[in-house]
Amino acid sequence: MAANPFILQLVNSLAALLLLLSFAMLAQRRVVTLVNLLAVQGAILCAATLLLAWRTGESHLYVSAALTLGLKVIVLPWLLHRLIRRLGVYWDTDTLLNTSGTMLVGLLVVVFAFGLAQPISALASTATRSAIGIAVAVILLAFLTMITRRKAMSQVVGFLSMENGLFFGAMSATYGMPMIVELGVALDVLVAMLVLGVFFFQIREQFDSLDLEHLDSLEEET
Amino acid sequence: MKAIDWVTQILQVAAALAAAPLLLGWVNMCRAWLQNRRAPSVLLAYRGIRKLFHKDAIIAEGASTLFRFAPYIVFANMVTAAAIIPSMGTRLPFGAAADAIALVGLFATARVFMALAAMDIGTAFGTLGARREMMVGFLAEPALLMVIFVASLISATTALPVISERLATQALVLSPSLAFTGVAFTMVLLAENARLPIDNPATHLELTMIHEAMLLEYSARHLALMEWAAALKLFNYACIGFALFVPWGPATGESGPFELIASIPVLAAKLVVAGAMLALIETVSAKLRVFRAPEFLATAFMFAVLGLLVHLLLGA
Repeated sequence: MAANPFILQLVNSLAALLLLLSFAMLAQRRVVTLVNLLAVQGAILCAATLLLAWRTGESHLYVSAALTLGLKVIVLPWLLHRLIRRLGVYWDTDTLLNTSGTMLVGLLVVVFAFGLAQPISALASTATRSAIGIAVAVILLAFLTMITRRKAMSQVVGFLSMENGLFFGAMSATYGMPMIVELGVALDVLVAMLVLGVFFFQIREQFDSLDLEHLDSLEEET
Repeated sequence: MKAIDWVTQILQVAAALAAAPLLLGWVNMCRAWLQNRRAPSVLLAYRGIRKLFHKDAIIAEGASTLFRFAPYIVFANMVTAAAIIPSMGTRLPFGAAADAIALVGLFATARVFMALAAMDIGTAFGTLGARREMMVGFLAEPALLMVIFVASLISATTALPVISERLATQALVLSPSLAFTGVAFTMVLLAENARLPIDNPATHLELTMIHEAMLLEYSARHLALMEWAAALKLFNYACIGFALFVPWGPATGESGPFELIASIPVLAAKLVVAGAMLALIETVSAKLRVFRAPEFLATAFMFAVLGLLVHLLLGA
């Protein structure tokens, strides 16, 4: 523990903060705050990437840090905020479980994720391999956020948070994916966001609400 | 160096007894300043206790002996706890008597007797307060235990003085797990000491009371002991917090009288800062509905467990 250099301690602390933010997102009922939390998560991801880039000297990590900053801290939250304002969805109150229950399930998910990541961490050779478990936990918690919410808006935020977790996992397992993959993923997320934005308006037009419950009862017109 | 340990022990308990009302007075003073009120004297709590000791006790009709003995038991529990918590030195002869888990048990014993005494009278208020107190208690205790487990895992022991000593002497590292448990501990401290988000210590408004509702039937010396015990509880919790999260200051190892004397101003400074911070937290937060209290404490529990998990995974 004492042998860890300071930079790695800092990266580990940032990883712990990411996990904490995932829990905050799990508990948060206001969509605007949810988006802000997502932006903060992006900022922490960016800081962790920068630190790791500085430590390992891998220049492509600087590019992905810049990409993270531009896309996940500025563009996507801005898009989401605009969508929220235009759609007028501010609250996502009726979830499947109450807050305390969701939290407890979240804790179990984290335990599961840590168990899942143990063999991967044992195989990885990076200095940040202990953070892989946290990345898996962030992914699964984002998944849980998507499962427990009804509104399309918060599900999208969960989806983006899941992408954050994947990015962090790739970074801590192998110091980031190849540049071309990263660029592709970034573009995918941006396009998905734009397409989903259009979908939101379609869904609302069809059902007068963004509650995805309605999609369960769709039937083919014969 | 056996004699100096005993001196530390006695001085520590004496300091806890003497300074506990002062800490309460300081918190109230800071709160008054933050709310733009003129502050009452820091010594107000002492005057209150002195006044109560000079009055004749009135005991409600139908009260059993339990009601009469509860204040002494509660007070004794708090004094014992003060003897175990390392606030001035870590080589405490009493430290071997109980570890951190037993310490939680001491607090629980005090709580049970307080609740039983409140129910003993049979008034609606006492029962209401006792029920609420037990509700808060059963949620706060696991969180407190989790906090202690994290510190125990880091220092590989459950004896609080040894935990504090190891934390103070280990190399300085960024520890997210301790940060998380620190937040959890602060939340537990607020809930256990009937501070603002859970209970308002300044009010006698019937629907919001928890701690005060249990003391309604007490008078004179019994009430004085109960209030003194409440002040001691706050002092003890603050000292547990120092032992776990700011362990630097108390005399460690084979120390002489100089370290012991040097630890006193450090403890005083920590208490001043902690009291001011407590007042600040209380000023900026609004009281939660009673039914929101479980949510608050579940969050505290979550923070503590998260600290535990992060420690297990990152080893930090």
